[in-house]
Amino acid sequence: MGDTQSTAGDDGVGEVETQLVELFTAEAPLRLDSGATLAPVTLAYETYGRLNAAGNNAVLICHALSGDAHVAGVHPGKANRGWWDNFVGPGRPIDTERHFVVCSNVIGGCSGSTGPGSTNPATGRAYGLDFPMVTTADMVRAQRALVDHLGIRRLASVIGGSVGGMQALQWTLDYPQRVESAVIIAATTRLSAQNIAFNAVSRQAIMTDPDFHDGNYAEHGVTPHGGLAVARMMAHITYLSEEGLQDKFGRNLQDRERFSYGFDRDFAVESYLHYQGSKFVQRFDANAYLYLTKSMDYYDPFPDAATAAQVLAPVESDYLVCSFSSDWRFHSSRSMELVEVLLRHNKHVTFQEFQSTHGHDSFLLDVPAYKATVKAFLDRRGGGP
Amino acid sequence: MSEVRPTDYGTCPTAAEPLPLERRLRKDQRHVFDLIPGGARVLDLGCGDGALLAALCDHRGVQGYGVEIDGDCILACIKQGLAVVHEDIDEGLAVHPENGYDYVILSQTLQATRHPRRLLQKMAKVGRASVVSFPNFGHWRIRLSLLFKGRMPKNEVLPYEWYDTPNIHLCTLADFEDLVRAEGFTVKRRILLDIHGDPLQSSRCAGWRASSAVYLLGG
Repeated sequence: MGDTQSTAGDDGVGEVETQLVELFTAEAPLRLDSGATLAPVTLAYETYGRLNAAGNNAVLICHALSGDAHVAGVHPGKANRGWWDNFVGPGRPIDTERHFVVCSNVIGGCSGSTGPGSTNPATGRAYGLDFPMVTTADMVRAQRALVDHLGIRRLASVIGGSVGGMQALQWTLDYPQRVESAVIIAATTRLSAQNIAFNAVSRQAIMTDPDFHDGNYAEHGVTPHGGLAVARMMAHITYLSEEGLQDKFGRNLQDRERFSYGFDRDFAVESYLHYQGSKFVQRFDANAYLYLTKSMDYYDPFPDAATAAQVLAPVESDYLVCSFSSDWRFHSSRSMELVEVLLRHNKHVTFQEFQSTHGHDSFLLDVPAYKATVKAFLDRRGGGP
Repeated sequence: MSEVRPTDYGTCPTAAEPLPLERRLRKDQRHVFDLIPGGARVLDLGCGDGALLAALCDHRGVQGYGVEIDGDCILACIKQGLAVVHEDIDEGLAVHPENGYDYVILSQTLQATRHPRRLLQKMAKVGRASVVSFPNFGHWRIRLSLLFKGRMPKNEVLPYEWYDTPNIHLCTLADFEDLVRAEGFTVKRRILLDIHGDPLQSSRCAGWRASSAVYLLGG
């Protein structure tokens, strides 16, 4: 997603490190929705704060498409703060004085957890497209093994924006006894045709790059940088609003006084997107982008009324659903569809739409009313330990 | 630290020692409160800071839901552990299931809605019974004020200037009862309140004497 804001004034959670854990074994592998199995599975994760004796003050954060386990604080020797540092730390909405905060990189990703770039134990080479397809439920199943590994008995909350919100929802459906509450931000229960269309074009950009080599680009010593950058540039447009882009760039020219009357990057917005694309390819794997977008496309926990009734019957969690006025990637009406199905099944749900001109990316930003609501929900009477 | 425990979903958490009702609720809210039986599923439209809903949850064990448009009010509700949906009640209560509630409450809000008739119809759709309270524009003080001063009335119940009042659909008891009849609702209870929010002892000349009223409507 876009640039996150650092929080001035205090140090937040300070210096942190990403840790790795190996879960699942050949005898007890991770069973995926596709029928395939995976073992062992490495998960990269970070934790902040302390788990209480009852094991019930943990908050699990689920990251969005291009996120990672590094939510808050700084890595030793690095300047960049975690992607949600403004929300996580002492006294911040997700308060590390009260909560034991956990975030892990999703399986199928490329930031430390097992994914298509990992070595396939059967061949000794990178999986590439031999990696099994993973779904949102599969990601959650892997996270649950981590939660067990950390000694967490019951999660005070599972929180996520965008596809992280889908994982948070899935947690409440798959492990209803383990989740006190869920905060589902700028998300949806299913991608629309338009959403899938954007993902499809992103994937095509990657797969038609001459350096893609059917996903085996690592063996050829290349990476499909061009395709991945285009995928990111296009997706990035959908994370912002027309108003937000207009405010930031308008028709400003980049480092020039007049048009080139050619195909240079005349406009500031072009230059900005190129920068976003080139920055992204340095940290993200093209195959992982294919797998993660596909898992989004497949997500649909309530395909029909009977299934919704069945999967929601055992659910006990309190829900907070948040959306943003200028988000057109997952419009407020998509959040309200979720609220509708939760109300239909008597769930305890609160919904709020926040005013923001920053589009889908608003969920990462300092929108004061939004921060206040998330904080109030996590600190609410009767909620949490 | 507390033990790992299951959550009561759909119901509000109960405080250890809830405040006495008279300190939590306005007088007119008390009369609405008294109409709701324990354990009911309740939707409070325009629930404000959640005072009525929280009292119903704490003292009556209802499954309470609120609808509110103001962000600060929503925040106040969240802090109390209430379930509240950010929605404009004039937009049609789109997320609420048909027959999803036992009681739908519209407390001192009807006169501020753009489409009162449509809203009453929608309330009857999502709830089995409706509780509606509103100020009576036929109260004698208002009638006399208009008669002698020739100006739109301003008082404790209707404190706004005509040009910036949120109350755009004021009506009298007779007006309301005409609409209720036309829509095929039955008035199951009618509580007439004086200017202090206390019940009138008799219903004689109710249209003149009631400053506001609470109606319990059935389909």
